Parts: sequence; C-alpha cells; structure tokens
Amino acid sequence: MQTQQRRTYQAVIGLEFHVHLATRTKMFCGCRVTYGEPPNTHTCPVCLGHPGALPVANERAIELGVMAGLALNCDVSERAVFARKNYFYPDLPKGYQISQFDEPICLGGHLDVPFGDETIRVGITRLHLEEDAAKNVHVGTSGRMHGSVGSLVDFNRGGTPLMEIVTEPDIPSPEAARATANHLKDILRAIGVSEADMEKGQLRCDANVSIRNPDGSFGTKTELKNMNSFRFVEKGIAAELQRQEEILAGGGRVEQTTLHYDPETDEVHELRSKEFAHDYRYFPEPDLLPLELSASYVGEIGERMPELPDAMRARFVERYGLSPYEAGVMVSDRELAAFYEEVASEADPKQASNWISGDFRALLNESGTGVSDSKVTPGHMVELIGLVGSGKVSRSAARTVLDVVFKTGERPSEVVEREGLGSVEADELDGVVDGVISSNPDEAERVRNGDKKVVGFLMGQVMKATRGNADGGRARELLLRKLGS
Amino acid sequence: MADLLSLTAHELSGKLDAGEVSVREAAEAANRRVEEVDGDLNSFVTTTPELALERAGRVDGLLRNGGVRPWEGVPIAVKDVLSTRGVRTTCGSKILEEFTPLYDASALKNFGDAPVMVGKANMDEFAMGSSTENSAYGPTKNPWDLNRVPGGSSGGSAAAVAAGEGWWALGTDTGGSVRQPAALCGIVGLKPTYGRVSRYGLISFGSSLDCIGPMTRDVRDSALLLQAIAGHDPRDSTSANVEVPDYLAGLDAGVEGLRVGVVTELMDERIDAGVREVVSKVAAGLEAAGAEVGEVSLPHAYYALEAYYIIAPAEVSSNLARFDGVRYGLRVQADGVHEMYRKTREAGFGAEAKRRIMLGTYALSSGYYDAYYAQAQKVRTKIVEDFRDAYARYDVLVSPTSPSVAFEIGAKTDDPLAMYLQDICAVPASLAGVPAISIPGGLADGLPVGVQLMGDHFTEPMLLRAARAAEQAAGFEFAPRP
Ligand SMILES: [Zn+2]
Repeated sequence: MQTQQRRTYQAVIGLEFHVHLATRTKMFCGCRVTYGEPPNTHTCPVCLGHPGALPVANERAIELGVMAGLALNCDVSERAVFARKNYFYPDLPKGYQISQFDEPICLGGHLDVPFGDETIRVGITRLHLEEDAAKNVHVGTSGRMHGSVGSLVDFNRGGTPLMEIVTEPDIPSPEAARATANHLKDILRAIGVSEADMEKGQLRCDANVSIRNPDGSFGTKTELKNMNSFRFVEKGIAAELQRQEEILAGGGRVEQTTLHYDPETDEVHELRSKEFAHDYRYFPEPDLLPLELSASYVGEIGERMPELPDAMRARFVERYGLSPYEAGVMVSDRELAAFYEEVASEADPKQASNWISGDFRALLNESGTGVSDSKVTPGHMVELIGLVGSGKVSRSAARTVLDVVFKTGERPSEVVEREGLGSVEADELDGVVDGVISSNPDEAERVRNGDKKVVGFLMGQVMKATRGNADGGRARELLLRKLGS
Repeated sequence: MADLLSLTAHELSGKLDAGEVSVREAAEAANRRVEEVDGDLNSFVTTTPELALERAGRVDGLLRNGGVRPWEGVPIAVKDVLSTRGVRTTCGSKILEEFTPLYDASALKNFGDAPVMVGKANMDEFAMGSSTENSAYGPTKNPWDLNRVPGGSSGGSAAAVAAGEGWWALGTDTGGSVRQPAALCGIVGLKPTYGRVSRYGLISFGSSLDCIGPMTRDVRDSALLLQAIAGHDPRDSTSANVEVPDYLAGLDAGVEGLRVGVVTELMDERIDAGVREVVSKVAAGLEAAGAEVGEVSLPHAYYALEAYYIIAPAEVSSNLARFDGVRYGLRVQADGVHEMYRKTREAGFGAEAKRRIMLGTYALSSGYYDAYYAQAQKVRTKIVEDFRDAYARYDVLVSPTSPSVAFEIGAKTDDPLAMYLQDICAVPASLAGVPAISIPGGLADGLPVGVQLMGDHFTEPMLLRAARAAEQAAGFEFAPRP
C-alpha cells in the first residue's frame, strides 16, 4: 500500500489516455496493424494519404469504442461525427488527422479506482476514436531531430486505431494517478479492447497538472506528455507538482506549457510554449458519414460484453471468500481469473487463490509466460492442492512439484512418485529424528540445556535426511519432545 | 473516317458491336484528330495514343467473343483529376507534375482493365475555376472560337468532346464544373446525384460536393456513360448503396404530364438576355411536348454562391494539405521541414489554388468558424429546403446553366468575383446534392447556350428523359468543331 506523503498544497490532476485498439486492421483502410515489422511494409494509398484515396471507418474499432464506453459507464452517443484536425507534420500524411471533436462516440462516465482500502471515483469526460500518426525516425543521432542528418517516416503505424479517453480533473495525487492508469489498463484488457501495454506504446498517458490555490480557485495547468510506464506517470506528476510548488513558494507564477518527464534526471522539461499552439481548424470530415449508433446496436454490444473487473472482483469475494486484495490480484489478468475459476470449482478456493496468486504467478512472471501458454493446467493445480490437503505431500515439496510441472507439463502425482517427494510417514520420521539426535550429541545437549537457537540446525539435518519431505511442524514438535524441552 | 467522328458514342458502340468498325479504327481516328487539333485547343495535359491502341486491341479481342459492355470500346477523354494507374495524373497542377497513381479511380472499374483512353484532359488546377485558365499546363481554347474559354474546370474534357477528340469524356463537377463547360462548348454535361458515382480515385476538391459526371454529344450518350460509372463502392463511404437503374430504358418516353418549373431567381437581369431567350424557348418546347410548365422559386439561390465559396474553399484548404512534398509530387529542397513545406507549396500551387487555400483556412480558423463555415452550412440547409419545397410541386426545374456564353480568354482573370459569378446557376444543385444536366439549347451571338434541368435525388432516369425531350425541342445538332 502506498504511503501518502503529506503535502502542503492540493493537487488537481486529469489524465488523457491514448489507447491502441486491438483490431486486426487499421482505422480507415484494410492494412494490418503490426508492431516492429520492417518500415513501410503495411501501407496503402489510403494510409499514405495518396490523392483520391478515401477513408472507410473500421467497424470493429467502433464496436471496441462502444465496449470501452460501456465499461466506463459512459453515455454512448446516438450520433458521432468524425472531424478533421488539421496540422502539418511529416508523420501526418493527409495534413490532417481524422478524429472526433464536438460529437464523440461517448460522453460522461466514471471509473471506480481501487486505491489502498478505499475507492476513488474518477469522472470520464469523453471517449473518442481517431487514427494514429506515423513515426518519424531521425537519422544520425540517438533519435532526436536536432542535429540529425535526415528524417525518415515509417507509415506502418500511420492509421492505427486509437481511442482517446479524457478524465475529469478528479485525481488527488500522483499515486492515485498511477492507480487510475493501472485500473484502466485492467478494464481494457478484461474486455479485450486493447492489450494496453504501456511499454509497447499501446497505452500512452498525458497528464494535466495544477495546484489549487488556497482560496479554492484553480491554478494554471500544465500538460505533461507521453509518459510511457505506470511508474513514470506517478513520478512525472510528482516531479511536476514539486516544480509548481517551488515556483509558487518563490512567489512566481506557473506558466501554461507542455512538458516532458525525463526519468533519468527525474525532472520535467518544457517541450513548447502554448503561445505557438496550433489552430487545428476542426471541421466535420466530409469523406465519412456521421456514425449512427442505435440503442439496439449498443444494447447488443452490451450483452456480448465480458464481465468487468469490478463486478468480477465482487463476485470472487462473495463466492470464493477471497479478500478484496486477493480477488483484485486474480482479476487483474483475465486469463488468470479464468484459470482460477476452473481450479476453485474443484479445489478449496482459498488454497487455490494462495497457489495461483502466489507460486504460480511468480513462475509465470519469472519466465514471462502467459497463463494460456503455460504447461500447468487447472487439472494439475487441482491435483496438487489435493495432494497437499491430504497430507501426501508437504507444502514445501509441493512447491518443488509445481516447478517441475511448470517445466515439463507432467502430472503432479507422477512427479511426486518419480522424484520420491511423498511425505515421510510418522514412524519413519521418528527414526530419522532419533538418528539426527544421536549423530549430533553436542547440539542435542545444548538444546536440552535450553539453547533454542540450535533447534534450527537440527531441523535442517532432519530435512536434509528426508530430502525436504518431512512435515516441518511435526518434525520440530518431535525434536523438542525427545529433547525434553 | 470523317463520318466516324460525327457519330454519337452509342452509334459508334452499335457499329463496334456489329463488327462494322473495329475499336482500333475508332482509337486511331481519335488519335489522329487529337494530333490534328490539339496543338490549337490544348484539351489534354497528357495524350495516351499508344495506351488507347493497346486497350483498343484488347477490347477488339473481347468483342469477337461477345460480352463486352456497350461503353467499353468507345474512346474517351478522362479529366486529369481522376487517378489512372500508370498514367500521370497532374490535376492541372505543377505540384503533381511527376505524379503517377498506383490505382485507377473506381468510376473506371466497369471499363474492364481501363477505358480506351485517348488522354488526360486539361483542367483548372485542382478543379478550381470556371475557364480552364488556371491550369499549370496552359489554358484550353473553346473549339467554337479559339479566342474564348471552354469554361471550367472540366474545360479540357468539354473541348475534347466538342472537337471530336474522342466520343465522350469524364469530368468532375463541384460547383458546376461539368455543366458550365458543357454549356459553353455546346455539349451535354451531367452532374449525377451526390453519392451516385464513387469518388474513390477522384482527387478531392470539395469532398462534400464533388461528383464525377459524363460529358457527351447527346443525352443518350450521357445515359450510357452514367450506366458505366454509377454504383455503390465500399471504398467510398459517401457512395450511396442504391440500386443502379437502367438509364436507357424509357429515355424516349417523352414528358407528357411531367411538371416543369422554371426557376425565377435564375431568369432575372443578372443573366444575359440571349441566354434567357434560349431557356424560355426550350421550356416552351417542353410544354409543346406535353409537360406542364410553370414558375418556381428557389429563394436562397443567390446565397448559394456565397455559401459555396465558403464551404468549397474550406474543404479544399484541408484536402490540399497532403501536397507537402514529403511523399510524392514536387519537393523543393530547403533547410528544415517547415521551409520545405513553404517552398514546395509556394512553387507548386498557382494563384487561384493559393487564394482558395487562404480563404478556406480563414473560414475554418477558430475565431471565424461560426461566422463563416457554420453560417454557410446553415445556408446550405436552406437551399436543401428550397429544393424540397420545389420538388413538392415540380418534377424538374429548369434554368440557364451559365449566365453568359463563352467569354474571351483573359476577360475575367483579373476579377475573381466576376469569374465566381459564372457558377451562379450551377451551384444551388451542387449544394443540394441533386442531379442536374446541361443540354445545348441553341445559340446566342453564334455561341452555344446551355439549358440546365435539375431533378430530385436519384431521379436520373426521369431527368434524362426530360433532357432528351428538351434536346429534341432545341433541335441542336452535334458536329465536331472547329
Ligand atoms: Zn492502409
């Protein structure tokens, strides 16, 4: 849980997200959406802005936009209008970006963000669809335009479907901003709208940051651009708040500007002054008809929507007796949640949660494997939990078993048998403990004289002799009884 | 072969079908005619004689096996605003001097691989103009009088048809650019309902207004060429998913009982007397043929021009932004990307293109959007309502196509507003998106006068039938000129 640092001012933070939609093709043409392929291998006259080429809106992208809107409790507009946002830049082949302006696909909504033990409600101002720009590559430098010998443009990304989500300035702290971004990612993944991977640029975040004046009036707002990890969202906003606070403390005035967060120095830098702001000359895109989103169309999409994380979390708490935190871990990954539900239907739900959110998830994370690519099936997990529950395998041995199953995909019982990892029977353990006492007389004597620190050493010897298969609690009890302490 | 050149397209098509003439012979005749007169006329930016012969050979091969659609073998001129795969497409602009498209415009897809194209017809740069004097490739001359303009912006297409450099042509009409040059050159020009013909591959001027239209020797040819280019296209979201009727069926059924309204606002003193006289005569001819003829008002007709000269430049200012020197066309080398944009666009665009980019940019800018662009859209709604009211009482509206006959080259080039007035009769139908056709109604001062007939959305079959009757009433005979 985050510890909230005490601040002498009140932060006002709003976020803007750009989300790559999980469509197969681009927003206005049939080119495939790809990542990391050779430059300009997925282009056509439409996404290159060739003369005479016309856009056709991607129906799947519209559907995903509606799904996201429903998940964020928005009003889906009956009519949405694509507009042109005009400006010149080499990565913008038509000289305008097709976006939505005054009639977006969704308006109003909210997101309930779990934050520590409480929930913060963050208002959603609007949600709209647009196309992404291409990518400029500056040659001869580390990627910056300044000092480069030339610039190239890769149009593979140009025209990729984007969804922009703008929140109300309801976010009280950098930590809450990070939690908001994280929760949004969970929701978008859960409903399959986007992979929303910040590292891959599928989720980009800008922040509007200001400090409320002591008299309650709003301070000047600055815009923090393109933070590309959840951690940087938090750190960037914190750095900007600190900068603003210092300016105000020194009697200065915060200027309205656009800033960039540099994680290496943990500082923000000015990108450009708002005085040079573009006049985008928005107007309705005459090449596309307005979108008519009927109530029945929206209703059908609503019915097909998968369960949202919030609802799923509540259900897990209710049905499986998990804590909200445990349920939250499970729900953050749609596949993990499905895996859990399968296991919990046949094994003790609490044990299932412990194994899945603990050991199993650790194995997945270490190896970078997804749940569906893993060799461990829900059936394996049910069997493993059964083996532990019936005392056939110790908990620690069961961890070893899971490691092996994870690597090989064998059945847990086969692994137990082959590796000889079954629990040591009571009389056998009795003999082992006697053996350890007789072969370590000095240590045994010290325990008898009340030196409890040495118990650990003798326990280690017992475990060594049983190759870790002894029940630790029972072995310890036996040792202490035999040594009369 | 002089006879061949005076045939209409459908007559030629019949002879091709009957095997009396080969497509190759027709293409050769057109090529020869181009060679003979185009030095004077400048109808073409690019001539494609070899391409015409090659495709003619292919259609001849297909003809022997049957199954060739009646328009496929008839040599055609294509306005240089339509993308043609492998043939440079300049849009009358220096900025696209070296541009060769990778694809054919959708309107050409019913021509097999492509039409038997004799060349890419000259035009006002990016279709902006009423005289074809704004072409970067020199003005086109009117075949009726080489000192006069052919109209614009499809002036090259109109002159090519009037001079017999091909049997017909494709033009584009944003605010009258098919109808007005057709009128000034004595041929038939049809602007179909907006959305009837796919705009895919038409280099956009005013996207919400642009229409591709046939420019032909008579109304029957117009119906035939519309048949070839009409249809829904999934690549153009604004193309209408409405079934294509048979435009030739019932063409000669006459106008008995048809209600025809002459537009009063477009028959006042702003229109030359000689022009009004021809229009009245044709209206009387329709009445004689059995139509009910009356007067109708389009009260906002004169505001249409003002609204048009906000909306079309607004759209063009955005549509022409892609010509920035980054990916294709002209690039003037310079230090830094902004300097490159500036120098490329400075060198690439002519005066009229620059004027309209400036006008449109201004009209869309944040402080003026409501005063200009939004206001113009409101006027556009009024015009649409005018037409709706008029069509409640009339099937067809009649007016002049252009306020005057062809004027002399250079006469209006220093006065853009006088030039813009040329479109006054044509623009209302453009803003309303309804179909409109210009037919040659007769002569005034020895030069052709166009009569415009307008119908409601998707009523082209009826409109063509009325135009056919008007054509017969006018008794105008086509012959190649000069
Ligand atoms: Zn594409």
